[in-house]
Amino acid sequence: MNSSFDRSLSGDDVLRRRATLLQRLHIDGQLLLILLVLVAGGLFVLYSASGKDWSLLIKQAASFGVGLLAMFVVAQLDPRFIARWAPLAFVLGVILLVVVDVMGHNAMGATRWINIPGVVRFQPSEFMKIIMPATIAWYLAKRSLPPKIQHVLVGLAMIGVPFALIVRQPDLGTALLILVSGLFVMFMAGLRWRWILMAVAAVVPVAVGMWFFVLLQYQKQRILTFLDPESDPLGTGWNIIQSKAAIGSGGVFGKGWLLGTQSHLDFLPESHTDFIIAVLGEEFGLVGICVLLLIYLLLITRGLVITAQAQTLFGKLLAGSLTMTFFVYVFVNIGMVSGLLPVVGVPLPFISYGGTSLVTLMTAFGILMSIHTHRKWIAQV
Amino acid sequence: MPQPIRIKDHERDARLVRKRVVVGAVAIVSLIGVLIARLYFLQVIQYDYHSTLSENNRVHVQPIPPSRGLIYDRNGVIIADNRPSFSLTMTRERSGKDWLQLLDVIVEVLVLSPDDRRLFEKRMRQGRRPFEPVPILFELSEEQIARIAVNQFRLPGVEVIAQLVRHYPQGEHFAHSVGYVGRINEAELKKLDPINYSGTHHIGKTGIERFYEPELHGSVGYEEVETNARGRISRVLKRTDPQPGKDIHLSMDIGLQQAAEAALAGKRGAIVALDPANGDVLAMVSLPSFDPNLFVTGIGLSAYAELRDSIDRPLFNRVLRGLYPPGSTIKPAVAAAGLDAGVVTGDTRVFDPGYFQLPNYDHKYRNWNRTGDGWVNLEMAIMRSNDTYFYELAHRLGVDRLGLYLGRFGIGQKVSLDMFEESPGLMPSREWKRARYRQAWYPGETLILGIGQGYMQTTPLQLAQVAALIANKGKWNRPHLAKDIDGVAPQDLVRPPELQLPSPMADIQLRDPKSWQQVSNGMQQVMHGARGTARKVGESAVYRIAGKSGTAQVVAIKQGEKYDRSKVQERHRDHALFIAFAPADNPKIAVAVMIENGESGSGVAAPIVKKVMDAWLLGPDGQLKPEFRSPADVSGKPMSAQP
Repeated sequence: MNSSFDRSLSGDDVLRRRATLLQRLHIDGQLLLILLVLVAGGLFVLYSASGKDWSLLIKQAASFGVGLLAMFVVAQLDPRFIARWAPLAFVLGVILLVVVDVMGHNAMGATRWINIPGVVRFQPSEFMKIIMPATIAWYLAKRSLPPKIQHVLVGLAMIGVPFALIVRQPDLGTALLILVSGLFVMFMAGLRWRWILMAVAAVVPVAVGMWFFVLLQYQKQRILTFLDPESDPLGTGWNIIQSKAAIGSGGVFGKGWLLGTQSHLDFLPESHTDFIIAVLGEEFGLVGICVLLLIYLLLITRGLVITAQAQTLFGKLLAGSLTMTFFVYVFVNIGMVSGLLPVVGVPLPFISYGGTSLVTLMTAFGILMSIHTHRKWIAQV
Repeated sequence: MPQPIRIKDHERDARLVRKRVVVGAVAIVSLIGVLIARLYFLQVIQYDYHSTLSENNRVHVQPIPPSRGLIYDRNGVIIADNRPSFSLTMTRERSGKDWLQLLDVIVEVLVLSPDDRRLFEKRMRQGRRPFEPVPILFELSEEQIARIAVNQFRLPGVEVIAQLVRHYPQGEHFAHSVGYVGRINEAELKKLDPINYSGTHHIGKTGIERFYEPELHGSVGYEEVETNARGRISRVLKRTDPQPGKDIHLSMDIGLQQAAEAALAGKRGAIVALDPANGDVLAMVSLPSFDPNLFVTGIGLSAYAELRDSIDRPLFNRVLRGLYPPGSTIKPAVAAAGLDAGVVTGDTRVFDPGYFQLPNYDHKYRNWNRTGDGWVNLEMAIMRSNDTYFYELAHRLGVDRLGLYLGRFGIGQKVSLDMFEESPGLMPSREWKRARYRQAWYPGETLILGIGQGYMQTTPLQLAQVAALIANKGKWNRPHLAKDIDGVAPQDLVRPPELQLPSPMADIQLRDPKSWQQVSNGMQQVMHGARGTARKVGESAVYRIAGKSGTAQVVAIKQGEKYDRSKVQERHRDHALFIAFAPADNPKIAVAVMIENGESGSGVAAPIVKKVMDAWLLGPDGQLKPEFRSPADVSGKPMSAQP
């Protein structure tokens, strides 16, 4: 009876039914499409940036496959399930970070990895990139919005512990990303503007006071070099000088694929990881970078739409934070390579070579899909 | 009024979040605008600039090494400076793929050996940044420079550059205190700041050069240069000057240093002279010495082997690393310990029959004077260097208290402020012996510690510091070679925590400060008393000296055997030691002398101490310099020896 009823539906209704089929797989078609375009383009650039290294390309493609799988699995989880387990995962993550800290100091060097030979090898800090916003979202979603001062303080403490542990590794880039992912949840939850302004206003006099009364000369020097890498052209400044020359010499239309001289003559260090945007800028010019930014913007727009349409408060906060943090990746990386921002190790999402970062990002988008596809139909208007 | 019921207003929450989404979207769009503006600036407005840089192959950054800080003595006489020297460099990128063949050409042009060829290749293969010229041959002669110039057309990427190289005009006088710089080796390369040392090829290896390396080095400068296709610099785009290293003024005095070396000439040994008031090292001699200039550009293998294997050990820093039992020179410090602990007073008398026996033991601990000195008190015990008295004193004090007091004098620990190589020596204790030999401490070992024999090991620097402490009534100043570093005293240097200077030592406070005077009186009797062990030297002094002789045994003497110099081989004879300070009532210099196999502290070492003191204290008229006279005797004639 039902089946014959289905057959009599109009063409419009058939389209909707197909959409619901994709939805049953809990995959968001638009997000998936944009991601595929982005990664395909990224492999294209990576081929040039790595000096035509096929094995690197295959590794990156394999990581993408793993990422797709992770995304698919995560998308099947109900957001309520994620909210329920986030706090426990957070505690576990902090414990792992402490373990890494202790191990790293015993080995007399920086360690970011948990390594059980033959079983598993991963970075707890990478894990925290997802767990941190999920935990803060879980915490604030149960309270009334906008959050009260005591809830904000508890949230800040929850952000502060893993942040401090990751800074000690030392991995400033990742620590900052985790910090902002937590802060964005609070921002999305309607953190009062007055408090935001007060926090910013408080930072300035404290920083000035530290500068004049606390810091020693050599510490000041390190900070100055960090803020202005070009004052240190033999160290990090070398990368910036070369990457600026690479981007600048690309002009409007670029030198053409595989024709970038800066990157192919080994002038540009890290050309296939953190500084890959310089290769893109050199070979495809301003147009190429604008196209990339446009794709990123589409991805972010979709993320914000998902945020706005999310049913639960937890979903809204988490989706908003993940999307905004994704933008921070893009902004910090391009800003750093083009000499606007200090050099912190942040890869360009989906383009830079690196499996760990790729899988983490795909997982984050898997969560967005989960939030979007587990809605009850009645609220979809 | 009805009680308000708190429920979550989901619609309100959703509105709030949606507002924030809008704010976020606006921020994202405007920040993307910022990025595009930045890229527009780089790629459109600055396009010509960047494309020229990129096209002309390369802007590149080259480090400019800072010039190393100079070292002067306390009067401003130069002790270490920098001289220009020519080196041959090669830049691999500019030499092209055939750079290995180019090395053969260089070897052929300069008529060098296959060994040099191997060395060049090794240097070329060491870590470097792109387009960095690597020095492969140092100290080119005029002829070699000319040969390279003639063959330049077939040596692309090979250049002769001038660089400053360390030079020590005073040669071996300061080899053991100032030290020397040498080529940075692989191990050092790993530890150094790769940026600050990117243009530097030498680093302090020993002495002042090593200890004050962070200050002497300075910070690197750089040039952003544009080079043409053949690798020649066509234009300097930007230049930041290096910051030269800081100059160091030593507390040492070159005149006194030379006088001390002259006094010790022909012997093997060490001299340290300190200013007790502030810890300045006035002179520091370790003979034989060597020419530090040999090490700067790399010493030849055979020349090095000769220095290393010489039986006289010229490379050995006897002042800082030479370990000797202090012998009787430790007695004044032991006396101060006995007085402060209350086990003796100035009037306590001990009968000396020529030996000391522990209760219930047969073993006779002999006095050096086998006939015995009869009844002796503290002053007389120091004057006569009476072993029996100090056996008794050490026995009453016990090893624990003895170790505690001598530790306060710096025995068994590093005493200097800025001497890199210093050895801590050894102050034995019960725990040390148990850990080292798995044996209990024997009472007899306490006795021989009291006369400075046994396990105890001290450096000449520590002995000089003991003299300075007695002169200064226990006030501690760590001996230091540097007086000021660009106007800053070494104690006030600001350094990162891992490079901190040693912390100050606590002053020695005796319960009765008069005890210092009693010890000093005893030491004065050594020089000026009728039966003082060094009275022959004291007689000729125009000022009053407080001193103490000592001998450090090289070979143990068996029970009942007498030390017979004719039987002992020259290298097995005792080391002669002497410590002293003067003028006794207003101390201006404290000296320790050690003469290897010199045998007699009072006979051989004491005259050398006096020569050093004379050189420092006396004016050309043979009298004390005015600034060294104490207020009391400025008017009268300087004192000479008194009974």
